[in-house]
Parts: sequence; structure tokens; C-alpha cells
Amino acid sequence: MLKAYAETFNKYKYLLYNLISRDFRVKYRRSVLGILWSMLNPILMVLILNAVFSRVFRFEIDNFALYLISGQTLFTFFNEATSSSIFSIVEASSLIKKVYIPKYLFPMEKVLFAFVNCIFSMLAVVVMLLIYKVPFSWTMLLFFVPLVGELMFACGFSLIISCLCVFFRDLKHLYSVLLTAWMYMTPIIYPISIVEGSWIRYIVYLNPLTTYVETFRSVVMYGQTPSAEQLLVGFGYGIIFMALGLFIFRKGQDKFILNV
Amino acid sequence: MAEQALTAKESDIVISVKDVAMEFNMSNLKVDSIKEYFVRLVKHELFFKSFYALKGVSFDVRRGEVLGLIGFNGGGKSTMLKIIAGILKPTRGSVEVKGTLSPMIELGAGFDPDLTARENIFLNGSILGYSKEFMQEVFEEVVEFSELHDFLDTPVKNFSSGMQARLGFSVATVVRPEILIVDEVLAVGDYKFQEKCKNRIRELMADNATVILVSHDSNQIEEMCTRAIWIDHGLIKEDGDTMAVCEHYKNA
Repeated sequence: MLKAYAETFNKYKYLLYNLISRDFRVKYRRSVLGILWSMLNPILMVLILNAVFSRVFRFEIDNFALYLISGQTLFTFFNEATSSSIFSIVEASSLIKKVYIPKYLFPMEKVLFAFVNCIFSMLAVVVMLLIYKVPFSWTMLLFFVPLVGELMFACGFSLIISCLCVFFRDLKHLYSVLLTAWMYMTPIIYPISIVEGSWIRYIVYLNPLTTYVETFRSVVMYGQTPSAEQLLVGFGYGIIFMALGLFIFRKGQDKFILNV
Repeated sequence: MAEQALTAKESDIVISVKDVAMEFNMSNLKVDSIKEYFVRLVKHELFFKSFYALKGVSFDVRRGEVLGLIGFNGGGKSTMLKIIAGILKPTRGSVEVKGTLSPMIELGAGFDPDLTARENIFLNGSILGYSKEFMQEVFEEVVEFSELHDFLDTPVKNFSSGMQARLGFSVATVVRPEILIVDEVLAVGDYKFQEKCKNRIRELMADNATVILVSHDSNQIEEMCTRAIWIDHGLIKEDGDTMAVCEHYKNA
């Protein structure tokens, strides 16, 4: 089964590339700064959040802007990946009805597109690191470790929701609400210590994104290597959701064409 | 000797359709909200009113044959074609296909209206599963055949439907697939381009490719095909010599 996946993936990787570059062209058509927006956007966002949270609500965090942007970019990746892939099968209906294409390519493409954007946003993190004069540590080079885990998790999760959305269109509206809740359940603007002692901590701890964000911060901000627990949990979630996603997607994909 | 000839013929079969049936769920309203799903689940109204587009169809296609599928609208031709192309999975029965198949039901499926003709040639090629190197190699040939030199950098949304079909046909046939599936496409384009398409199909035939043409126009089938199958109400009504089948079809 895995071999078959690898073979079709190899055959259609050029299609994947074409679809991603099309998304880029469409996204930045007629914009002057183009791809620079992938970097500017998180910086501007963090400027606002920083202004609000360092004056109005205060948390005891050093380098708060850096803390914010590392959480923000990782969450934005997940947000963009899943909210664009949830409708990807339905959107591709005209193609699915006429040509045989492995259908998992559509959610996968949206996730990869968001991932490429996320990589560009990493430049924004670099800018912040320079502004705050954080001394270079070799662990910073490990920044891709949590990202790869999150990529796997986002892929698996997208496969599930894009498949379910074919059968229940309501999911799309429900999901945007869920994403807002999800954002607050991830320690992006607050330190994880403030949920200590409240029942909410179980949700925050169980949230896979918490692990990715925290791992990212330890390697980039604090110069620590990821702990065994962080790696295990992060990649564990990634692998479980990939397997679950492929399983559910396989079950549903033959019925897509009758429902899109 | 006779036995040998038989086995040789057996190995020539490139498409083998065995007892294929396709059931569609025709529930009057599409259930696509969660609330409706549960309401109907409770009422036991979820899966009723099924419709069989195909009710058990079997046939073999040999290498080099040009098969015409003919029949009235809604008879099941296009469903059959989609099952052969792998787009639909049959409810019952099986389809075996040997060799590369150009999985094209509608020419120009997957053109992005906002991209230029040049970009769409590459996009369309990749949808059919070809590599970048291959597309670069055949790019000139595609442009040559489609006669759209002057419009290469025009977005496809500004093309007429005939121009789009031309582009689509050029991409789909440049690869010389072993099996080509053509669904009512010869109806578009002007007379001259139609002739060109027919010539291209004849070229493919000369290369011993297998072609399946679908049409409700018996003249086209008569002109191109070596064998015809008439599908009506989900069953094969007649299978055999093109002239005879078309004659009966016209008189029906």
C-alpha cells in the first residue's frame, strides 16, 4: 500500500509542483510586494499583538515579540493549511469528475503551499532574532524539527477534514469557529504556566500544536535541544494522524465523485 | 494450431470489462448537512431510490480496435467510459486495463482560466501524469498541432470554446497513449480542425493504439470505428459490426 502511494506520488509530483506554483501566482497576482508579504504579514501582526499585550495585558515573558512570532507563524501555518484544504476536494470537483487523479493530492497540495509560505515566514523570525540581538546558538538550526512534525500532523488532519467535508458541507463553517478556539488553546500569546491549576491545562497539554510551538521555542529562543518527550509526542501525533488520515481518506475517496 | 491462435488472441485483449454494474443513489435531496443526515437516519430515509446506470455489461476490447460506444442520452455510455478511465468505481464487476491510458473524458478538463495557454499546456500535461522533461520535449509539437502560436501568452479565459478544445486535444494526443478515450469531443472545433483530429486518431490507429469513441451521432462512429457497441438503459443492446449496429440504432 505504501509502495503504491510512493509510486503515484512520484508520477504526480510535477502536478503537485504545478498546482503549488499556480496557487502562488493566484495569491500574489498584481500585488507589488508579492512573496514578501509572507514575511511582512507576521511581522505586522506581531507589532499589533505586541502593542496590545505589552501595554494592556501583561505577561512576564522575556522577548515577548519573539515569543509571539514563533507561536504565531506556526499556528498560521496550521490555520492556512487546514482551512484551505478542508474545501479542496469540493473545489476540485470539475477535475475529479473528468480525469483520474489520486485525490489525496488536493489536500496535500494546500498543506504544502501553506508550508512553503511558512518557510518564508521564518525570515520574519530571523528578523526578530536580529532585532532582539539573540546570540546565535547551533540549536537554532534544528528549527525544522518541530516544523516537520507539524507538517505531518497538518497533512493527516487535512486528509480527514477534507474527506468529511465532502459529505458534510457544514463542517466548513463549524471549522472556522473551532480554529478560533484552537488558537486560544495554544500558548501563542500567553505563557503555558498561566493555565497551571485550571482544567483548561488538559486541553492545552493534549493539543499537538502546543508541543510544536514549545519545541520550536526551545530550539530557537532558548538554545535547548528538543527533549525526548517533545520529539516523541510531536512525531507521535504526526505519525498517528497521517495513518488515520490515509485510512479514512481511502475509505471515503471512491464515494467523492458521487457527492461533489 | 487453433488453440495457439486462440491464446494469441487472448493476450491481445487490452480492456476487459466483466459484468459491470453501477448504482447511483438517487435520493431526491442530496444529504450534505449533519442535521439532515441524522434526521434522515432516524427516519430510515437515507438510502432509498437507487438507480442503475449500468446493469451488468461485459465486453473485451482488443489491441488496435477502434470501438464506438453509441446510444441515446442517459443510456450509460459516459458512465461506462468513466469506469474504464478509473474515475468511477463500479458497484459490481471489474474492469482490467493493460497499457497506458489517456484518462481524458472532456478535453481541456483542468484548464485554469486565469493561466496562459503556455502555462496551461504544462498544467494539463501534469494532470495527465507526464513529467516536466517530457512536456518540454513535446511543447513545440503541441503548439504546432493546436495552431495557437499567436495566443500562447493569452489567458485561456479569453479563448473560445473551440480554441480550448483544440488546445486540449493537442495535449491529450501528443503522448501517443496505447489507449485513447474520446468523449463527444469531435463535435467541437471547426470543420478543418475536426478533420485534423480524425487524422490524428487514424495515426494513432496505425500505431496499433486502441481508441474508444463515445457519441450519439452515428455518422461519426460509422466513419471512424471498426466495431460498435450500442448501450441502452444500462445494457448492451447490440455489439458487432459498425454498419449493422448503426443501422439498427438509426432505425430505433
